[in-house]
Amino acid sequence: MIKFNLFVLPFSLGLIYIVYSIVMHYYRWIRALPAVDKVKLSAGIRTPLKVLASLKEIFLEGLIHRKLWKRNPLLGYMHMSFAFGWFLLIVMGNLESRVYHGAYINAPYYPIFLKFFIHDRLVLFFEIFTVPAFFRFIMDFLLLFVLSGLVLAWIKRKQSKWFGMKQTTRHNFFDRVALTCLWLIFPMRLLAESYTAGYFHGGGGFLTQNLGNLLIMITPGPAELIAYFFWWTYSLVLGLFFIMMPYSRYMHIPSELLLIIFRNCGIQPKKWGSSFSDLEVRSCSRCGVCIDACQLNFAAGINTIQAVYLIRSQREQYIPDHIAQTCMLCGRCQEACPVGIKIDSLRLIKRREIGSGQVSDFSYITNSHPGFADVVYFAGCMSHLTPSIPIAMEGIFKEAGINYLFLDRNGSICCGRPLMLAGKDKQANELIEFNKTLIRQTRAKLLVTSCPICYKIFREEYNLPIRIQHHSQYLLELVKEGKIALQSQHRRVVYHDPCDLGRGGNIYEAPRELLGKISDLVTSEKDRADALCCGGSLALMSTSMLTKNEVTSDALQSLLANDPDILVTACPLCKKTFSKLSKTEVRDIAELVHDAIPGRSTPIVSALKNPEAVIS
Amino acid sequence: MIDFGYTLTRDRQLDYDHGDFRYLKLVKSLEPSMDLCIGCGSCTATCSAAGFTNFNIRKLHTVIRRGDPESIKAELKKCMFCGKCQLVCPRGVNLRNLILAMNRAIEILG
Repeated sequence: MIKFNLFVLPFSLGLIYIVYSIVMHYYRWIRALPAVDKVKLSAGIRTPLKVLASLKEIFLEGLIHRKLWKRNPLLGYMHMSFAFGWFLLIVMGNLESRVYHGAYINAPYYPIFLKFFIHDRLVLFFEIFTVPAFFRFIMDFLLLFVLSGLVLAWIKRKQSKWFGMKQTTRHNFFDRVALTCLWLIFPMRLLAESYTAGYFHGGGGFLTQNLGNLLIMITPGPAELIAYFFWWTYSLVLGLFFIMMPYSRYMHIPSELLLIIFRNCGIQPKKWGSSFSDLEVRSCSRCGVCIDACQLNFAAGINTIQAVYLIRSQREQYIPDHIAQTCMLCGRCQEACPVGIKIDSLRLIKRREIGSGQVSDFSYITNSHPGFADVVYFAGCMSHLTPSIPIAMEGIFKEAGINYLFLDRNGSICCGRPLMLAGKDKQANELIEFNKTLIRQTRAKLLVTSCPICYKIFREEYNLPIRIQHHSQYLLELVKEGKIALQSQHRRVVYHDPCDLGRGGNIYEAPRELLGKISDLVTSEKDRADALCCGGSLALMSTSMLTKNEVTSDALQSLLANDPDILVTACPLCKKTFSKLSKTEVRDIAELVHDAIPGRSTPIVSALKNPEAVIS
Repeated sequence: MIDFGYTLTRDRQLDYDHGDFRYLKLVKSLEPSMDLCIGCGSCTATCSAAGFTNFNIRKLHTVIRRGDPESIKAELKKCMFCGKCQLVCPRGVNLRNLILAMNRAIEILG
């Protein structure tokens, strides 16, 4: 049996190249891991549970594309038909080739171009129940499956809205070439197999045989030559696709597999560019889901800085400053990303490169002993701009009879997160040390903060040996312990999830439970992990106030759609930002809780002129 | 020098012909909203760092405008970057980025 033809060369060369490239990439990524992570990896791949978890995730996300299914069934089906369909074609094709060739090792091209080499006819009636017939059916079915996805992909180019995507990525040259090859692979396969089946009057399944017979009938000319031409084209586009893969977005296919394994072994993103961040960058499929998630895009019309463009420019080794700096780091894109790339940490890596050169001098901060207490309360800089929050908190502390200490009563030493968001970690760490010393000196067992920005950095960077709570959690705990009694005011309120508390701190339920006790909670269109940013984010560096206002107005519109009496948030920055533009009253959850305590007759709003009335 | 028995305070008159306006030009190009400032001083009044020391953003802004950037170099390091200033600014000046831009200008121009 002849098992070679010149046309298999382009495919074979492409395959050799891509296998070499993937092996080299894997080798570099694993070699460049820090020693700690190497230990984690080697322990992880020897733990059956972690391996199983990785395989499950690879199957669900890499082949089935579960997250895209959840987003939009059409989008999910399109990606599944390509990934899972192609995967099954390879597996089944290999099995089918074993029927005709018993050797353990086949040339890799042999299953791919099997129909060129094998075209025997199934003549007798019972033969449709034989193994070859089964494979012919299944292979044609899978080809049809992939082609259906291809048709959807074509439609998506024109009507991305049907796929739940308002905007798609603007691709560069390499991506376009690779995409064209990918789109040509399966039609070429169909034509090549059909013409061959038609010419030999056999060898095809329900799709290729019938299409082949039809094509032979309607097209004049030497059918064998036409078939041969398509086999060549098929091999060429496959080979070219493989060669383009490391230079295009399709590198995400092999990269994502390793990323899933890394993650399941417990390897974390680093603060600086590392093997992990490089792997994340190459795992981006540039699907563009992040573009629709970005408020700067849909509310303010900025469409050049989204995660997909950040990651692409990182891969091209040059991130323009404005891409790194124009971002609220709200985490919405990260939440939407089907690959689960930690986009915010990638952007912060670039910001650290920009901001690390500058130095600070905080020698003016003097350390005086703050005193002792059971609970230390840190309002945070922003809460000093919304004094009703710390006043309400003090009133509640007094009501509950807590031995508390208002650590930053006379002005805060900043928690350091705003500096970190600007990429100035070194300076931030100086502030962190100051605050840590102060907090330790109080010998408190619990740190309560009113600011989610502080809350996030307290938990992530401070390494404090005590409990840390945001005031929404703390107040709920006070209520549950019976230290404060609340009476519902029965006002319709909508709750806004602050970015750093929700997506950043994973606290969604505590404020809702608390609000449920004191008011009638109405829902909003986008909440919890999908919540909108207020637009006041300190991470947004160079954007003008007008642009920020657009984001704020858009978020307000969405939040106030159900016409609540009060817009409640749990962050002084959100409160400050919304108050500026909202016609509806904006309040912090602590104020509402304070006003819901029977017997505390002075509402917070009127107390601003006379804080002592509340605090005493 | 002859000792007359008294001293003169340093001349504080500004010479606009000999000011160093390279900083102003660069900072303005990096953060154009600088021009919106009316010098009300709200930023300085709310400043977290100013609670501990005599750090004064309005002064930095004025000094750079007058072409005398030398004095800001040490001062600028005191900023904690908390962002309260830009939240209270009635003109919507992007003050955090202004501080960044000043830092950048010092980095570039020395």
